[in-house]
Amino acid sequence: MYRLTGVTKRYTRGKETVEALRGVDLTIADGDQLVIQGPTGGGKSTLLQMIGGLDRPTEGSVELDGVDLARIGETRLTRVRAENIGIIFQSFNLIPTLTAQENVETALVPLGVKPAERRERAAEALRSVGLGERLGHAPSEMSGGQQQRVAIARALVKKPKVLLADEPTGNLDEGTRDDIMALLEGLWREHGLTFVMVTHDSSIARRAPRLATIAAGRLTLTEQQPYGVGAYDGQIAH
Amino acid sequence: MFGIYLKRELGRRKKAALVIALGLALGIALVITVDSVSAGMTQAQDKVLKSLYGLGTDMTVTKARSAPKAGSSQGPNFKFDAKSSGSNKQSSDRVMTQGGQALSSSLVGKVGAQKGVASAVGALTLNVTKVDGSFTQGKAKSSTSSSSGSQQQGGPGGGTSSGGGQPQVQGGGADFSVNSYSVAGIDVTNQDLGPLATSKITSGTTFTSAQTNAKVAVVGKSFAKTKKYKVGSTFTISGTKFTVIGIATPDSGDSTTDVFVPLKQAQTLGDAKNKVTTIYVKATDSQQIAAVKKAIQSHISGTTVTTSADLASTVSGSLSTASDLATSVGKWLSVAVLAAAFLVAALLTSAAVSRRVREFGTLKALGWPSRKVTRQVVGESMVNGLIGGGLGIALGLAAAYTVTAISPKLTAQLGSGSGGGMGGAGGGPGGGPGQQSASSSMEIALSAPVSLTTIALAVGLAVTGGLIAGAMGGWRASRMRPADALRSVS
Ligand SMILES: Nc1ncnc2c1ncn2[C@@H]1O[C@H](COP(=O)(O)OP(=O)(O)OP(=O)(O)O)[C@@H](O)[C@H]1O
Ligand SMILES: [Mg+2]
Repeated sequence: MYRLTGVTKRYTRGKETVEALRGVDLTIADGDQLVIQGPTGGGKSTLLQMIGGLDRPTEGSVELDGVDLARIGETRLTRVRAENIGIIFQSFNLIPTLTAQENVETALVPLGVKPAERRERAAEALRSVGLGERLGHAPSEMSGGQQQRVAIARALVKKPKVLLADEPTGNLDEGTRDDIMALLEGLWREHGLTFVMVTHDSSIARRAPRLATIAAGRLTLTEQQPYGVGAYDGQIAH
Repeated sequence: MFGIYLKRELGRRKKAALVIALGLALGIALVITVDSVSAGMTQAQDKVLKSLYGLGTDMTVTKARSAPKAGSSQGPNFKFDAKSSGSNKQSSDRVMTQGGQALSSSLVGKVGAQKGVASAVGALTLNVTKVDGSFTQGKAKSSTSSSSGSQQQGGPGGGTSSGGGQPQVQGGGADFSVNSYSVAGIDVTNQDLGPLATSKITSGTTFTSAQTNAKVAVVGKSFAKTKKYKVGSTFTISGTKFTVIGIATPDSGDSTTDVFVPLKQAQTLGDAKNKVTTIYVKATDSQQIAAVKKAIQSHISGTTVTTSADLASTVSGSLSTASDLATSVGKWLSVAVLAAAFLVAALLTSAAVSRRVREFGTLKALGWPSRKVTRQVVGESMVNGLIGGGLGIALGLAAAYTVTAISPKLTAQLGSGSGGGMGGAGGGPGGGPGQQSASSSMEIALSAPVSLTTIALAVGLAVTGGLIAGAMGGWRASRMRPADALRSVS
């Protein structure tokens, strides 16, 4: 359960100050899905960083299950990220020198999981995203869609409460996009994750149960009727 | 994960790792080379000094220089009997004490009694100039044959015209060879110190302590070779017949002494009863040499004390030039190159870390603590440093080996020919004849020994280089934020 209150983020560079978020209030229930949309530079990624504990707001609080991520110390915040938050990125962010399996293992390193168990869980996670045959491949030996699957396996291998995604399909073609979205939908339901996703893609945004639009740092919420379960499994209606 | 990640990084970014390692390797190789070459220089200088002094000699005492008395006989003077019979073989030895200056033997005891002196031994060094020659007497046209008792040496005895110049001498001549060598009279009761201590007996035996006045001699190797002397050979100096009992090979360089005889014999030959030219001194404590020198100089007047440090400062020639070069230019050059290598390694590592902002940001976003990320960076650059160290040691060893294989010849001149400061540091009986100032020149092959300390130093430098680069890279990595994972720059 997330509760964001009056979240403001200012970036200061020299004399210039950019207000990326202006007093954002937001509540996300456990197991909810929220899609964030908006013009470029509107503050989508900034908001996602606040939710994921990757950065702290200048003002306001970001409570996850009653713990204010804006106030806790660096060590605790790191721990929260390691245990509770799975994150995937537009450009996959795999470690280029590590194999698929090793990349997934990196998520278990801060949790102190023993190497043998780490390898087993990583292999299992890769199988669950359909990459059971690609454990030893380097990122450069895989397609964009496969790389994003590795990233999804890495985000979920630790069994987090929250899954965050910043334009996860931004670098993929349409067919691959649908595959990935279907995979994410399935995993979200299967694991009961709280799922927050930033996207530019209006066809994805259209079917989200809950849509937030953020422009110039201000957030507006729209509740909408989703197209229905398994929408990504078939053709996307326009 | 640390090990796998490290291995993968180094394996997949070989070029970057190799550039950093090579930079460090160059610096380290240079340090090894300079270090080993200067060790070789020090060894060479040691050899030069030891060849003069012998092991264990800390200083020598000689007579203080005084201006030569005017009118004292200078230059060799040979007298031959002018016999009136046809052709004549003649031979004459002129024996002079080295430098023409001697100390009383009683000073040996006095020096030995000084505080801090462990032992003192006197030696008398002589220069023998041997002239061999033959005359053919000229035939005079007049009935009276005039003897041409010549005082000229080697001059073509064309004959001397006397008086009215009436009688003409024809066909007279003289054929001389002059050669000189050095003879050291040594204390046979204490041979650990003194001129013979620098040599090993390679054939025959040395003197027994009973042979204080025996007519026996130990001959230097090269002198024995030219003269074809063997153990058992005999030769004559100034009418005294000596038997060769041993051949001495100097520990290094050329021997500066050709013949060793018991001290008493030398004193007789040189007409220097109870005299010595040099007193060899061993101090009880090598740290106290300066103090002992002071004590001797103040308590025994008229003496010059020369320590090996004094002597070292008079070493000139290509050896000392090269040695100066190695210590000044070489040291600074290697420090500069090493500093540059460290800097380049640090900058390259730091740049490499900057190029991986998103990678490290992602790890932090995944919940990696900063120290784990830093450790990874430091680990990588430590391995780079060690690879650099290994390459550097290999390169440095190759360079040092090459120097040793080529063994460039360096010459060392000892003694300031002008007779200043060290004066006639009698230890250096020059091969030259007559009363030359004691200066000696020797040729030494330079080697570049690599000591374990040098290797340890190289490993230390490699680790230091890796740490410096790692600290720089690690510091950058530690400052990266998890939000950097979302940075668009890749
Ligand atoms: N580290 C930063 N320093 C300074 N300004 C920043 C920083 N990060 C973001 N900003 C600024 O904050 C504003 C919001 O940026 P943000 O990345 O959240 O936008 P976005 O909605 O994700 O845009 P896009 O759709 O292009 O990804 C922008 O004006 C951006 O320039
Ligand atoms: Mg963004």
